[in-house]
Amino acid sequence: MKEFMFLFRGDDKVWDSKSPEEQQMHMQEWQQWIGEMAQQEKFIGGERLYSHGNTIHPGGTKVTDRPLTEGKELVGGYLIIKADKIEDATEMAKGCPGLQWNSYVEVREVWPED
Amino acid sequence: MENRDHIDHTLNHLFRQESGKMVSVLIKIFGIENIELAEDVVQDALVKALETWKFRGMPDNPRAWLYRTAKNKAIDIIRHNKHSRVIDFSDPEKQLLTSGYTLTTTMDNYWQEQHIKDDFLGMMYACCHPDISQENQITFILKALCGFSTKEVARSFLSNEDTISKRLYRTKEYFRKHKIRPVIPTSDEINPRTKTVLNAIYLMFNEGYNSTHADQLIRKDLISQAMLLCKSLLSEKRTQLPEVYALMGLMCFHASRIDSRLTKEGRLILLSEQDRTTWDAELIQSGEQYLNKAAFGDELSTYHLEAAIAYQHCCAKQYADTNWEMILEYYELLLKIANDPIVFLNRCLVILELRGPKEALIALENVKNNKLLEKYYLYHATLGEIYQRLEDNRTAATYYQKAMQLTQSKQERQFLKDKIARILK
Repeated sequence: MKEFMFLFRGDDKVWDSKSPEEQQMHMQEWQQWIGEMAQQEKFIGGERLYSHGNTIHPGGTKVTDRPLTEGKELVGGYLIIKADKIEDATEMAKGCPGLQWNSYVEVREVWPED
Repeated sequence: MENRDHIDHTLNHLFRQESGKMVSVLIKIFGIENIELAEDVVQDALVKALETWKFRGMPDNPRAWLYRTAKNKAIDIIRHNKHSRVIDFSDPEKQLLTSGYTLTTTMDNYWQEQHIKDDFLGMMYACCHPDISQENQITFILKALCGFSTKEVARSFLSNEDTISKRLYRTKEYFRKHKIRPVIPTSDEINPRTKTVLNAIYLMFNEGYNSTHADQLIRKDLISQAMLLCKSLLSEKRTQLPEVYALMGLMCFHASRIDSRLTKEGRLILLSEQDRTTWDAELIQSGEQYLNKAAFGDELSTYHLEAAIAYQHCCAKQYADTNWEMILEYYELLLKIANDPIVFLNRCLVILELRGPKEALIALENVKNNKLLEKYYLYHATLGEIYQRLEDNRTAATYYQKAMQLTQSKQERQFLKDKIARILK
């Protein structure tokens, strides 16, 4: 099996517009989705990211106090999962609850150790 | 301002009731190899409650407050140990604790009421694993599930903290080594496994009920904790077995009489001389209800019979009303299931009541030279009683003397001493 990374892109606008109850419900959908992958032993790990951060520019001296991209391009989190091929990983990614809340999911294969 | 005593009291009560449940859930989360971690979290929650409540007053729902505090502390620990080897996250459910997407929801699931109950019962079965000695079973139950400190456990067993710590350590090692999973056994092994649990509960109860030590508080604590454990078995469908109801009934009947067994000065009062108006009618009534519920299935356990005997005593308005014939019948049945010399001895005492000293002596002679009985104070006390009724006071006194040497209980020794003094007058 290969490893793939799901990159979740989108800003916090939708999240922030929801009530705490809706947010909680939404997280339960994530729980369900990731839980199923874990049961099938396809889940490796992943984290949510805050939208703020710093960016260090090439050369290593210039630092700006925000992520490189903002708005809908912003990476809000990632998961690493196992699948046989990118088509399967893509099918799995379609179950991501964030898609209903205006997120993009980018599916990328992890470059294996040679 | 909140009364400090009130906070201490509530917290103490809550701790006895809830700490075992919290420890059980936390062991499920951290794994059986991390029992200390689970105990530390609960201890921290308690200390935090004490500090916070003193300043801000008691919360509306103290139990929920304690659980929430323990849960949050557990989340911190999981975050800290995510990349260490302390906690094994390989199980799919546990794996969900390692991601920020699923940590909170997974943690909340662990603390649902049904899960709390299951985990607590699961731990009870783990503590009462047949490979663990009875002594170690009870020691561990008191410490991990009843919120006793090592010191309190030592007081319960009239032992020292060192010995208790060693016993606790051995049990923990056993869990670690054999990777014992704290779960309620499956239906094909629930019966034998429950027997071991009930045995431990009853021993714990008797540790409190039999007046081998003077510490009243610890004794009452042991009794109420044993009853609480039995009740929690009855709160779950899978463990609502006839024997469990029978033991619950039996403990109710015994417990109804605790306050009438000792004088204010701590002297023993015989059943025949106890003030029956002090017996707790409510407990007797609960006992009856439990005993009625125990009457299903085809198994007649020792608890059924012991409860039936205790019930006969409870429902006799005065000593003279005791239905000894019925009691003797129960003892005969009891002897058939459990050929226990102590049961035999008790049966002899019933014969003494019913048919007089000569018959009782004949019955007793059937077990002469029984090594176990010879070491038991009640054997000699019974012989003393028989000879006293035969008006052979000299022989009676010799037996009472022997009995005195064999009992650890101050009250019993005093009781026998008084008897000797009376007959040798």
